[in-house]
Amino acid sequence: MSALLIIEQVLNGLQFGVMLFLMAAGLTLIFGVMGLINLAHGSLYMIGAFAAAAVAGATGSFILALGAALAAAAIAGALIEITVIRRLYGKAHLDQVLATFALILIFSEGTRWVFGSFPLFLDIPDYLSGPVTLPGGIQYPFYRLTLIAAGLLVGLGLWFLIERTRVGIQIRAGENDREMIAALGIDITRLYTLVFAIGAALAGLAGALVGAIQSVQVGMGEPVLILAFVVIVIGGIGSIKGAFIGALLVGLTDTLGGIFLPELFKLFMEPGAATQTGSALASMAIYILMSLVLIWRPTGLFGARA
Amino acid sequence: MIPERLVNAILFAGLIAVPLCALVADEPFTITLVTRAVILAIAAVGLNIALGIGGLVSLGHAVFFGLGGYAMGVLAFHAQTYTPLNLGPLTIAGTKSMPLIWLAATAISAFVAWIIGLLSLRTSGVYFIMITLAFGQMFFYFAISWSTYGGEDGLSIYVRNGFPGLNTLIPIQFFGLSFIILSVVLFLNARLQASPFGLALNAARQVPARVETVGLNPMRLKLVAFVVSGAITGLAGALFADLNRFVSPTMFSWQLSGELIVLIIIGGVGRLFGPVIGACLFVTLEHWLGGLTDFWHVFLGLILLAIVLFARGGIMGLLTGKEGTHV
Repeated sequence: MSALLIIEQVLNGLQFGVMLFLMAAGLTLIFGVMGLINLAHGSLYMIGAFAAAAVAGATGSFILALGAALAAAAIAGALIEITVIRRLYGKAHLDQVLATFALILIFSEGTRWVFGSFPLFLDIPDYLSGPVTLPGGIQYPFYRLTLIAAGLLVGLGLWFLIERTRVGIQIRAGENDREMIAALGIDITRLYTLVFAIGAALAGLAGALVGAIQSVQVGMGEPVLILAFVVIVIGGIGSIKGAFIGALLVGLTDTLGGIFLPELFKLFMEPGAATQTGSALASMAIYILMSLVLIWRPTGLFGARA
Repeated sequence: MIPERLVNAILFAGLIAVPLCALVADEPFTITLVTRAVILAIAAVGLNIALGIGGLVSLGHAVFFGLGGYAMGVLAFHAQTYTPLNLGPLTIAGTKSMPLIWLAATAISAFVAWIIGLLSLRTSGVYFIMITLAFGQMFFYFAISWSTYGGEDGLSIYVRNGFPGLNTLIPIQFFGLSFIILSVVLFLNARLQASPFGLALNAARQVPARVETVGLNPMRLKLVAFVVSGAITGLAGALFADLNRFVSPTMFSWQLSGELIVLIIIGGVGRLFGPVIGACLFVTLEHWLGGLTDFWHVFLGLILLAIVLFARGGIMGLLTGKEGTHV
């Protein structure tokens, strides 16, 4: 177990966490402003990945592919907000769960209809591929490093949007009192569509970025969606800061747990059984983390309300 | 508008008549389809206690379905390989006896429901939905990584487990068993709804604060409901695994948790026979639409959207002209 391996795994965990943050930020923003639980967020992630793979396949340009992912997810988001989601604000959570579950069924099978069941592949462009040497002589894939940087940059942009712009003020006001800001002459319907589209675009971007290191296939969004839920539960619903901290915690726990728990068990068990127990426990590590946070703070680390 | 009791009676009679007709016409596949609907209905009736009466939107009930399935799978696996099951200090033999398997499935599901309930009932609303979903995923990944019992490939049981005096491999006999269990579960559910506990639970869903002021603990009521609900769904899981003679991690999947809720919504939330209608309709759609197109989930999604947005009471609400309970 060398220091190099540990640093490499920490970077992997960060990369995973940062991508989870892109998903969780949209979810938590949508919940914070509109009070809506959106199961179809994973579908928007998938739409982003498929749009990117299709455009990259047609044009060969990775930048265009990312643009397509952002645009496709944002447009799909705005469309479902206008047709379906809008009717769900202020309704029971059960209705929201069911309607967005129905959207998942429609989007997943619809995508399978259009693209078929075989996974698509999105290639990492030449200028982002290959390893780089970090200080200390660590070889690390440049693309994964780019993902960390991109995620942090988007996080910063989101912070700027919410804390420093006029739209951000409206969003924060919408979280606190929707009647009041409507009374002040702000078109709340348009604001909600905008917030939903921003969340969708973030999910689509994450899908496209991750799609280049995994395969692009139907059903890719839901496992990430559920992890993003874990992130939000840990961080506190409605808190972007909580989503960021929670995402990094979950990313690091999952990645490091998968590597180190089997090793840990080898110290006092025979190797075969240790690998089995360790990997079984590693697959549960983030949920155990979630349970611990819940026992300590039922509303999450930065959550204000239940 | 048709009275709810009449709808229930017609449904009950239909569930007996269809397999009997299929028996006469010698179509064992139809009997198996109805059995599938009956077992899914048992699972959904279980969930309806937590969801419809208790107002607990559990998006992780596949945990109990899967636990029941694996209780059957593990016990039968040890029986068919003649190996003992080693539980740390305790070593027990596997079994192929359905009553014992049902007991194990119910007990383990109830125990896990108690643990998950204790943790997730600390929260409510959206948190509860997300947490139950997350626990479901935890069991899913655990089952995948647990290679002793087949891991991702699942576990096949070659001969259906036995019930004293019956040949369970004959479809109509296994249907009979499942149907009797559904009837018992429905009867218990009806008694529970009318009992002081059921009334208190109903009140705890609507106005927890008032329940508290009369000296009852809403959290405890909900926990009991969650445990009962999980146990019934677990029993259904054991039957489902026996129907297919196969268990796999998909029994733990979040899609299944979602589908169980869908069954209830299609039928009507909080209605005694709501889950039964839902399960029958679901299996019919799955078979009929699934035969027409591989992409039948698109249409299921559209139907579900229409019900959520325009017909809140589900089929039962449409037939009887009354909305279901509000969750």
